[in-house]
Amino acid sequence: MNFLTHPIPISWYLLLSAALFSLGVVGFLIKRNLITVFMSIELMLNAVNLSFVAFAHEWHAVKGQIFVFFVMMVAAAEAAVGLAIIIAVFRARSTLAVDRIDLMKL
Amino acid sequence: MHLILFFLFAGCCLAGAVNLLLQSHPINSALSLIVVMTSLAVLYLLLGAEFLAIAQIIVYAGAVMVLFTFVVMLLNAGREERTLGSRSALAIGFPAAVAILAVIATVILRAQGLSSAGVQQGITTTSDLSRVLFHELLLPFEVTSVLILIAILGAVALARQGNGDGNGERTAGK
Repeated sequence: MNFLTHPIPISWYLLLSAALFSLGVVGFLIKRNLITVFMSIELMLNAVNLSFVAFAHEWHAVKGQIFVFFVMMVAAAEAAVGLAIIIAVFRARSTLAVDRIDLMKL
Repeated sequence: MHLILFFLFAGCCLAGAVNLLLQSHPINSALSLIVVMTSLAVLYLLLGAEFLAIAQIIVYAGAVMVLFTFVVMLLNAGREERTLGSRSALAIGFPAAVAILAVIATVILRAQGLSSAGVQQGITTTSDLSRVLFHELLLPFEVTSVLILIAILGAVALARQGNGDGNGERTAGK
């Protein structure tokens, strides 16, 4: 029963957050679809949010959780604008492959 | 109990993230990202952040991912073609990604004075959160509403029909 009531070290949460962030970086680099690249960015944002919450729990700081709240709001706004840009790019190029989208001009 | 929940949902998280990378169809990646976000909500609950856990499910797993799947289906995004770059990029890139993880992990493991997390010792209730949010941070909270309004207008302006084709000459003539 000692195993069950054992408290979880805060560094495990931080290691999980680091692993998720690295997976997001790898996904951002190797994926070849515009939408999936954008999803990898969301994954990185979530990983950073997890470490914010872990540190807020560690130091009993409510403002850390409020920062996560603001990050969520900004991420929602970013997702809306980013997906609108993806729709605009698709309408101009009719492709989503990042290799073919290599000009700033639409 | 908490340890079992942590391992279960941390495993779900990592499995979802790896699956996001391995799947070649965007809709499968979107569904595995939903798995990641929902498991993160459970981890937030384990850390005593009850409001953020619900907000994570509603905002991320709900609203944002619905937007993603909607765009994937709207654009009829098919299977991505694998165009691996040069061999040197492959040879350098993966060790570089592992190096990023190693650097962050060593910094975390060397940090002194990090304690352990038990749920009973600190649940931040929603009233605690709102007391700080609406007293000290009222102005930033109100400013984000303007930010979201601007984002809505920007999204509508960007995705509006006729940016390039029929309506283009009218906007060009302005």
